[in-house]
Amino acid sequence: MDELDRAIVNGLQGGFPVCERPYAEAAARLGTDEATLIERLEALLADGTLTRFGPLFDAVALGGAFTLCALAVPPEDFERVAAIVNAFPEVAHNYERAHRLNMWFVLATEKPAGIARALRRIAAATGLAVLEFPKLDEYFVELRLTA
Amino acid sequence: MTDAELVRALQGGLPLVSRPYHAVAASLGAAPEEVMARLAAMLADGRVRRIGAVPNHYALGYAANGMSVWDVEDAALASLGPAVGALPFVSHCYRRPRRPPEWRYNLFAMVHGRTRAEVGAKVAEIAALLGARSRAHEVLYSTRILKKSGLRFGV
Repeated sequence: MDELDRAIVNGLQGGFPVCERPYAEAAARLGTDEATLIERLEALLADGTLTRFGPLFDAVALGGAFTLCALAVPPEDFERVAAIVNAFPEVAHNYERAHRLNMWFVLATEKPAGIARALRRIAAATGLAVLEFPKLDEYFVELRLTA
Repeated sequence: MTDAELVRALQGGLPLVSRPYHAVAASLGAAPEEVMARLAAMLADGRVRRIGAVPNHYALGYAANGMSVWDVEDAALASLGPAVGALPFVSHCYRRPRRPPEWRYNLFAMVHGRTRAEVGAKVAEIAALLGARSRAHEVLYSTRILKKSGLRFGV
């Protein structure tokens, strides 16, 4: 990663313009040109430095629903349960964590009713009690990671 | 073109071409001006949080991610929650329900760092900020990403 890559990762986490030639406009701000910026973004996406480039939607503001859930999975059964949980399209993220509650996943659905349905299906498919932790309040400040 | 169609067309990312909004408009059979106006409106009202690069924590060396959870006096959360959320190393900060007897914690603050020691030091800063208003806390380190789909909606 060179100086330009760093400038792209640090400087383009938001504020990408909405106009006819946005890459050209963003490139000018970064002191480069449109073709170079597009090439660098392609490379940063290909090597996994960036997971995505584009608009970040707020699923709740779009009318969808989100919730955080946790399972206490018997360690010997972990891989099997992970495969079952991951197969649900409603599961957006799933993390293994070092705790008795060792599997934490986020459900995202287009409609709030989809959450309850997914919870029931996951409980039935895994045979485990799903603890749900819906967001009650948000104290949110966007993280800006520096490269 | 509905908003839902526009969201679906952009969920995978913005096309890496000279006129990306024109490309999206063409794929939807819509006018580029309309696509840009819709996106600007969605940015203004918060349906789009931001447009730009989404970095991979791990690729940037932020290998340690700890979900710190706190048992805070309910009455103190309205003032202390925003204070924790405003810390520069806290990416997400939420009040969530307690689930007794298994779970006593009502404040969740995600802390990112390059090492667990760095996360631990940041968690100590949160502990200092909360003081006696926090009766207990734990840090749940992630040991593996099992799935990360980029927030596509399930159906």
